[in-house]
Amino acid sequence: MLGFVARRLLYLVPVLLAVSLLTFLIASLLPGDLAYVILGDQATPDKVAALRHDMGLDQPLLIRFLGWLGHILQGDFGRSFRTGQTVLRAVAERLPVSFELMIMAELTALLIGVPLAIICAARSGGAFDRFMTGSAFGMLSVPTFLSAILLIYLFAVELHWLPATGYIPFTEDPIGNLRFMVLPALTLALAEWPGIMRVLRSDMIATLQEDYIALAKAKGLTPRRILFVHALKPSSLTLVTITGINIGRLIGGALIVETIFALPGIGRLLIGAIYTRDLIILQGVVLLVASGFVIVNFIVDMLYAVLDPRIRHGHA
Amino acid sequence: MATLDLVIQEDVTATPVRSTRRLGRLFWAALGWVIFVFAAATLVDVLPLPSPTDMDMLERRAPVSALHWLGTDGFGRDELARLIHGARISLIVGLCAPIIGLTIGGALGMLAGYFRGRFESLVVGSMDVLLAFPPLILALAVTAYLGQSIPNLTFILGVLGIPAFMRVARAATLTLARREFVVAAQALGASHARILLRELLPNVMLPLLAFFLLGVAVTIVAEGALSFLGLGVPPPISSWGSMIGEGRESLDVAPQLAFIPAIAMFLTVLSFNLVGDSLRALTDPRQGAL
Repeated sequence: MLGFVARRLLYLVPVLLAVSLLTFLIASLLPGDLAYVILGDQATPDKVAALRHDMGLDQPLLIRFLGWLGHILQGDFGRSFRTGQTVLRAVAERLPVSFELMIMAELTALLIGVPLAIICAARSGGAFDRFMTGSAFGMLSVPTFLSAILLIYLFAVELHWLPATGYIPFTEDPIGNLRFMVLPALTLALAEWPGIMRVLRSDMIATLQEDYIALAKAKGLTPRRILFVHALKPSSLTLVTITGINIGRLIGGALIVETIFALPGIGRLLIGAIYTRDLIILQGVVLLVASGFVIVNFIVDMLYAVLDPRIRHGHA
Repeated sequence: MATLDLVIQEDVTATPVRSTRRLGRLFWAALGWVIFVFAAATLVDVLPLPSPTDMDMLERRAPVSALHWLGTDGFGRDELARLIHGARISLIVGLCAPIIGLTIGGALGMLAGYFRGRFESLVVGSMDVLLAFPPLILALAVTAYLGQSIPNLTFILGVLGIPAFMRVARAATLTLARREFVVAAQALGASHARILLRELLPNVMLPLLAFFLLGVAVTIVAEGALSFLGLGVPPPISSWGSMIGEGRESLDVAPQLAFIPAIAMFLTVLSFNLVGDSLRALTDPRQGAL
């Protein structure tokens, strides 16, 4: 097990290095000199040259990259030249919002997806199963911004049950916070549950044909116990993977939902940085999000190995 | 799902015979819709439609009439004309971007799956790096700086599709490269190029093409999402995404402005998914590799 962890950790180093290099290249090679962005269109060439020199922008790309990387390894991601806020502060301020959204969305998706998968697998091929499989396939074709608009129309414009946009911190008004979070979380959950249901369903159909399920039936266990305890357990592996992938995707993927519902999360921070050409914030946040994704994947791999001994011994 | 990652769906169908037959009718309906949208988008200049960009401030959000079959939008522009011009954008971006992914990703995947070794580790590793980036953010950043235009949008969405196509091509090549006909070709002294192009490519092409259709669906959604955020196709060109984005402002007075393009987009994405999924089921190597 230790050897396995060490191998995966070693693999993590070049990937993270390449991720930071790519982030840096994207931010530096794209047109739009940072000095011009800061000084505006009216800047004289002298001023621009002076600022470029001060910021080290006239140095070769490799030197700049190594300098940037050196600062990051010391925990300094730089600060926005617009607000003066450091990248880490800006992220720390917005992370709770994105995190809350992510957890609520993933829990809702699991609450919808898992029971449906179990019911479908129990009577696979039946009318309900066919209907739900079809609906899940259809739902996979609904982009999040479509379901967001549909939910806003239904619950905010027509029924006036929930607010369409806005945000209150949980510490100030827990109920109000939840009211603002319901629609965005539901939007994301609507996109996530079909994947969960489809994979878990096919997984369980395969499990239900195993001999030990026949034994459990012969022992006279109730169908409910067989389904929820005996058949669901082997699928926990699959659930861990999907949840991990979803969470990784939601770290940065909640961008559209955060924009539509005006939630001050990481996604909005990025969009804002793109609109205002705040390169420092942009490259810092993209690097953090991408690294977060790589690390979540690493953790999922580890969980996988803990749950399935074949993987850590390389037999799978 | 408005993200760009293409997931290879693995479905165990309990009753394969019945479901293929049931998919049959849906498959043709979906194909029919795709062809219909295609025809409308191609013939848009010949069709007797009002201009999609002419504004008429007296006819804002007009209801359905003989002149405006689907009414007008918030600037008095003809909704049907904008819808069909939007279809053209969706199809151009949706078809061209996956071609980039198909060519580059397919080639990389085949080479990686055939030659294995260091090259394979390098390709798979670099794709892991590309996959680490939230795709939409990468697309947003690049279009924001390169400028909003249809070629730029197509390019970046195409690049983002490369890892997924690479995976499909590599998986198919890995299984095929061990089959008898490849071993036979090697024994006959065929060159690597010949084996790759004449023996493997025709077989890898089928799953890749099925996957291509799923890629079209994902790309249409991604283009829609970018345009919805106002960072895709530059105005006043209409795209389904930007129409939905504009319609969102008037959900309370004229919800149809958001829902008409939404329905068009949903049907098109669903159709590409259905056609792609049916073809994928037909070409699944796990069924053919007996």
